[in-house]
Amino acid sequence: MLSTIASFINAAIIQGIPLLFGSTGEIITEKSGNLNLGIPGIMYVGGISGIIGGYIYEHSVENTVPILCILFSLCTSLICSALMSLIYAFLTQTLKANQNVTGLALTTFGVGVGNFFGGSLLKFFNESGSISLLDTGLAYKACLPFASKLGLFGKTFLSFGFLAYLAIIIAVVSSYILNKTRVGLNLRAIGENPATADAAGINVTKYKYLSTIIGGMIAGLGGLYFVMDYTAGAWTNNGFGDRGWLAIAIVIFALWKPKSAILSSFIFGGLYIICVYIPGLSSSSKEIIKMLPYLVTIAVLIIISARKKKEHQPPASLGLSYFREER
Amino acid sequence: MSKNKKETKEPLFHLAKRPAIEWWKAWLIRGAAIISSLIVCALIIVVLTKQNPLEVYAALFKGSFGTQRKFWAMLQKLAILLCISLAVTPAFKMKFWNLGAEGQVLFGGLCSMVLMFEIGDKIPNLLLIIAMLIASILGGILWALFPAVLKAKWGTNESLFTLMMNYIAIQLVSFAIMVWVPSGSSVMGLVNSSTKAGWLPSLLGQKYLLNIIVVAVLTIVMFIYLKYSKQGYEISVVGESENTARYIGINVKKVIIRTMILSGALCGLAGFLLVAGTNHTISKDLAGGDGFTAIMVSWLAKFNPITMVVTSFLIAFLQRGAGEIATNFNLNTSIADILTGIIIFFIIGCEFFINYQIKSTKEKEGK
Repeated sequence: MLSTIASFINAAIIQGIPLLFGSTGEIITEKSGNLNLGIPGIMYVGGISGIIGGYIYEHSVENTVPILCILFSLCTSLICSALMSLIYAFLTQTLKANQNVTGLALTTFGVGVGNFFGGSLLKFFNESGSISLLDTGLAYKACLPFASKLGLFGKTFLSFGFLAYLAIIIAVVSSYILNKTRVGLNLRAIGENPATADAAGINVTKYKYLSTIIGGMIAGLGGLYFVMDYTAGAWTNNGFGDRGWLAIAIVIFALWKPKSAILSSFIFGGLYIICVYIPGLSSSSKEIIKMLPYLVTIAVLIIISARKKKEHQPPASLGLSYFREER
Repeated sequence: MSKNKKETKEPLFHLAKRPAIEWWKAWLIRGAAIISSLIVCALIIVVLTKQNPLEVYAALFKGSFGTQRKFWAMLQKLAILLCISLAVTPAFKMKFWNLGAEGQVLFGGLCSMVLMFEIGDKIPNLLLIIAMLIASILGGILWALFPAVLKAKWGTNESLFTLMMNYIAIQLVSFAIMVWVPSGSSVMGLVNSSTKAGWLPSLLGQKYLLNIIVVAVLTIVMFIYLKYSKQGYEISVVGESENTARYIGINVKKVIIRTMILSGALCGLAGFLLVAGTNHTISKDLAGGDGFTAIMVSWLAKFNPITMVVTSFLIAFLQRGAGEIATNFNLNTSIADILTGIIIFFIIGCEFFINYQIKSTKEKEGK
């Protein structure tokens, strides 16, 4: 029984990490007033570009060095996620396009890029079979050497690759930056009222661009974690599923606080796979149990809107493009 | 004033909102955007396939116009996309971000399928089809009504609410398939393929003609509804400014709920057309992403149902063409999503040049 619970917690954390990356990224983006619905697409791109980077490295050298495997895939993933968010920032901030439409288009595009290159990467290199980067996957999965010696505790809480810890560190650091530093204050001011922030001398465009791009890069790491650590360097089309949308939902569940996003992500990760751990479920009732994360999100949405607490509201200018000369 | 005393950095140009631009100029800009996006798309395909770009374009056209069958398939795709776009339009016009068209179509389709599967051979065909139609529309309405009521009551965030409803619908369909297909293959074959109970009849030998006629009529009705009816006017006012709407005595809550009922009903209808008139089966990909594409179609057409025929043709044409390119050049079919994305980026980007103009700062001072 205890070991079942332990393995459930472990699985919930593993499922929660991509969600945590995604929601931290989206929180940072949303704090600047940009509602980036392109996050699911960015996460796909983050995943596939990591795969491409790792693949090219693994195929260009005889003996792979784990640290270089990581470096290559990490860099390609970060660069491509940044480019994706740059498209979003350019269209919504500079060209003042509608944020919802741009975000949805970005998601269509990103998922397309992910599945397209996932499906045809091997063809470009004249190979057959399915993508599987064993060395890179192993490098990402390498966990603390003493984790296995700590028994159940080590197995449950310490058996992750480095990206999992990075997700938590990023969430904590962003929480600090958002709430305790001048930069965070400026960013929040822009999200609440860009005209006021502009009048106070804050460079709105710069902040919006940077927060969207940094947010996108963090979200992209979620895709990278999924393909490198969770599936150990293998890609299946649409394998990442709807996790990107769940990450956006967690932003609301966590009330725009990166620190609360940590626990929220693990809860959602748990809900995502709880159907596997409930004994005696038929395969059809499993499908019903899989609704849980969505139902919980809806419940939270309703509760937050019904209570109307001031500190639980989204940034006031969320979803609106800022144009200085508009009154 | 401080300008004279202190040297200040002045940007070389600044942006200003354009007064209304002539319609032909606006379309010229849009046309240029579409052409440049097609060039970018062709470049990408050429780089990926190393084929002659002309061949790529030829394949793009063949996807929709190559054979009669392909042409009808494109029209069918256009009809469904247009139907869903029409469905989401009234809601968007009042700035209700319904991202749940996918789920509303799916649940509407599921309602049809339940009847088709369970009582398909027990009642006369005409009665069955009518029952399916009503069930689908009610299903679509139900799926749209939850978020609408809560939005009206408490201002609940509708975009995420409707989004989550999509996944609940997906799980319900997966559940239904698991129950109906006991083998666990989780793929449902054609339903009633021998009796054709619940299948929409083909007109003039064309299977999809009925779908197309229904959507064509719907387009005209929706155009008149939005442009000339009192309800259509109320929708515009609520969309422009809720405060104005309240001030002139429009019951905003009522408009939100009424409009979403309409939106959901049309999505349900699309689900019915897909199940009864097209696929005769159901899967969780019934809407196949059209629920999201429809949002972009509607936005690109500036909520005008007649223009939407053009924009949904553009998307349907591209997706069919990209599918053709994918099979011809042995690529993955997801290339269609990439191309759609690129073209939409260009079109939404070009709106900037229609709405704003870049003025040189120096020129202004010289005057």
